[in-house]
Amino acid sequence: MATILEVQNLKKYFSTPRGLLHAVDDVSFKMEAGTTLGVVGESGCGKSTLGRTILHLLDSTDGKIFFEGEDVTQVNRRKLRQLRKDMQIIFQDPFSSLNPRMSVSDTISEAFYINGEKNKDYIRSETRKLMDTVGLARIFEYSYPHELDGGRCQRIGIARALALNPKFIVCDEPVSALDVSIQAQILNLMSDLQKEKKLSYMFVTHDLSVVRYVSDEIIVMYLGQMVEKASSDELFKNPLHPYTKALLSAIPVPDVHHKKNRVLLQGEISSPINPAPGCRFAARCINATPECKKPQKLVEVSQGHFVSCSKVQEVK
Amino acid sequence: MKEAEKLLTINDLTVEFTSDREIIQAVNHVSLEIYKGETLGLVGETGAGKTTIAKSILRILPKPQGRTKSGSIIFDGADLLSISEHEMRKIRGNKISMIFQDPMSALNPVVSVGKQISEAIMLHQKLSKKETKELAIKMLEMVGIPGARYDEYPHQFSGGMKQRVIIAMALACRPELLLADEPTTALDVTIQAQVLEMMAKLKEELKTSMLLITHDLGIVAETCDKVAVIYAGEIIEYAGVEEIFDNPVHPYTLGLFGSLPSADGDKEKRLKPINGMMPNPARLPGGCKFAERCPHASEECRSNEIELADTGEGHLVRCMKCSLVKEAR
Amino acid sequence: MESSGVIAAEAKKESNISIVWRRLRKNKLAVAGLIIISLLILIAIFAPLIAPYDYAEQDLTNTFAPPSREHLLGTDDLGRDELSRLIYGTRQSLQIGVFSVAIATVLGTTLGVFAGFYGGKVDILLMRFLDIYQSVPGLLLSIALATSLGPGLNNAIIAIGVSTMSVYARIIRASLLKVRSMEYIEAARAINATDFRIVMKYALPNAIAPLLISITMNIGNSILAASMLSFIGLGAQPPVAEWGAMLTAGKDFIRIHGSLITYPGIAMVISVLSFNLLGDGLRDALDPRLKN
Repeated sequence: MATILEVQNLKKYFSTPRGLLHAVDDVSFKMEAGTTLGVVGESGCGKSTLGRTILHLLDSTDGKIFFEGEDVTQVNRRKLRQLRKDMQIIFQDPFSSLNPRMSVSDTISEAFYINGEKNKDYIRSETRKLMDTVGLARIFEYSYPHELDGGRCQRIGIARALALNPKFIVCDEPVSALDVSIQAQILNLMSDLQKEKKLSYMFVTHDLSVVRYVSDEIIVMYLGQMVEKASSDELFKNPLHPYTKALLSAIPVPDVHHKKNRVLLQGEISSPINPAPGCRFAARCINATPECKKPQKLVEVSQGHFVSCSKVQEVK
Repeated sequence: MKEAEKLLTINDLTVEFTSDREIIQAVNHVSLEIYKGETLGLVGETGAGKTTIAKSILRILPKPQGRTKSGSIIFDGADLLSISEHEMRKIRGNKISMIFQDPMSALNPVVSVGKQISEAIMLHQKLSKKETKELAIKMLEMVGIPGARYDEYPHQFSGGMKQRVIIAMALACRPELLLADEPTTALDVTIQAQVLEMMAKLKEELKTSMLLITHDLGIVAETCDKVAVIYAGEIIEYAGVEEIFDNPVHPYTLGLFGSLPSADGDKEKRLKPINGMMPNPARLPGGCKFAERCPHASEECRSNEIELADTGEGHLVRCMKCSLVKEAR
Repeated sequence: MESSGVIAAEAKKESNISIVWRRLRKNKLAVAGLIIISLLILIAIFAPLIAPYDYAEQDLTNTFAPPSREHLLGTDDLGRDELSRLIYGTRQSLQIGVFSVAIATVLGTTLGVFAGFYGGKVDILLMRFLDIYQSVPGLLLSIALATSLGPGLNNAIIAIGVSTMSVYARIIRASLLKVRSMEYIEAARAINATDFRIVMKYALPNAIAPLLISITMNIGNSILAASMLSFIGLGAQPPVAEWGAMLTAGKDFIRIHGSLITYPGIAMVISVLSFNLLGDGLRDALDPRLKN
């Protein structure tokens, strides 16, 4: 399998009145074509910013992004237009991500118009094909988003993302706003599409049970940094970073006989503005020592399993 | 269970909303009971009527659109639906309080959090200013916030902290019943774990009963004693929490479980979503409301009104194909 | 909601105008407003045919005449037929109201889009400019502008339009600041939409509702502002009939002949009200989220 995306030392800082906000700080990873990379973390950990920076919806501060082996960190307008056809995004909120004044067919066909397709009959038939692909009945062709439920709106968002035949899609919490039964419908649809169109997904979510189900590999983020990366099974069976452990143990399990073995975290996530060097999780970590104030390195502890914790041997 | 332990009894509650030209049947003939010290989970999808039930108990349905059409809500021997507004005010926030989903909008941004708790106390208890403040500080500390932060304003707190403040406020008058509407949905998992842990501890200490509204079956498994599953304004399954998780009967409940990614992380196993979606509450079908999406439905499901029937040991199910479903499972 | 089993069923496409019209029609008050505005426009167009006299025809032997068969609404201080002047006045007043607001809207929206959509330094710069702009009283500004452009109706329209545009700029900016952060703007960017397309198709349509109301409200204000200009000799030049000017002229006789300000006043109230009703209805009709 070929590498579709490689990110090296990617940084995205925002300047705020109180200082530099380190939304994404020195993140590096590679992902294979046709796979799903899960990105998990809590609100404010920079997972959405990471996705948007890779798509050039936000400009990166530093670092490199390689798409299909080509450096796309600095691109001109023409290259960006081409790149956007290959990289798409599905949003979390099915309502706020759709223009309330555009009908279903307008929203989906917009991508064709914008990218230079003139033939109206072609656009119309392609739009209908896409609607069939994502399971939207024809009857909704001229409906508006507010007339439809969340699940159908999310299908429109998926159809819009598919219109340009992308290879890589950032899915930013695509099912978080949906009810469980609808969530399952959308997850199944996305997995079918992935197989059919050989798509690569970067699946950004806070929902750990979903991410485990969809991902081949998972990145865990904390305050802009990648603290652990491993294959999905490995991460859930053998979490190494203290934060990952706490995160995994915090998931409420829908099973009355499940034995709770919870690692309760003290305190809350600290500010991502002007963070001190060293482990950002140290303030909440039970194993923290003064040593943790030194900058941490991502270490490969076993095949494909990376952890950024100097205490990893002890924790083990 | 003895009759005396009953804290709240809802009988045959029906709530309607009128919008433009439609009548929305939000809650249909719901009956349930909450015993002292017990947590009852209300589970269902968006629009199933969970929040409406909680709001009917406190009589805070949006007016003039919403009204309770029939039924009674017996609390402390009185029917909450027929007592005067004056008496209701004595119960609201005092004997029964409610926690809302969104901690961001439930606090007044220009009043310090301590003051807000004090105000809640002063409304219902005759305490001196000093005593009130002391109690408010005690409540803050009980939910794990240092009393020194009494004078701070909501924007100085994080989401999880705000939700704690709200819980402190709701518990300040030591209510007998707490209505918690998705209390942790807006929070991150690690913070959710903290809040749930804290709520469980407080419940233990204060012996508060709770009606917990949620869509998260994981939270239900952890915190509830009994569960009522709501679909299209009706209770379709009602049983003890272990019974529901070990032995679900209604096809909808089974569908909910099938929709969850499996706990063992098996990716080859395809999710089994429920087809279609909830019927429009303004045009509910006759017969079983779930028939349209049900794999077991037949003509008789659609034509007969189906009663909530006991399938043994207090496990109530609203389905005429129980035995068939059990076999198929 | 229909079940999704009807994949083959086709939906009918309706043009946007017909949707808006269908919705607008349901709002009785808006329809009433529309009818009155159409009537006013017809009156303006066919003024010479409808008016019994010429607007400038004086009869100094018959000043301040009460309503009679010859002069249905009486005559003014120069013995001119009040009804005829009202009818001719429709022409000027509608022009002033509509065109000055149109100028203000176009200018204000353009500025507002730059400030609200691009934000950052552009926003700060434009907003400080508007602060300075608004620190000059509106009337003074329009007098200054009208003076430099020279007297006359068209110049008055331009002066009023330019001096009131800051309100629209602020409304559009505030509204766009909210719309700008919506995910559908990001989604449009992700499918390569140009900034121009995003503004025209995604941002403005969702930001325009608050503007519609102030547009219709300000039509009346503009007519009044124009009357002030007329009063100091910068607006419509006598003997041209214009409601605001008639009002101003009539106020000298307010104690003895109150009718001279009542009639143009009523005409103004009716037209302003109908624009407001129409604007209100249009706002609702243009918003697909508000059904029925």
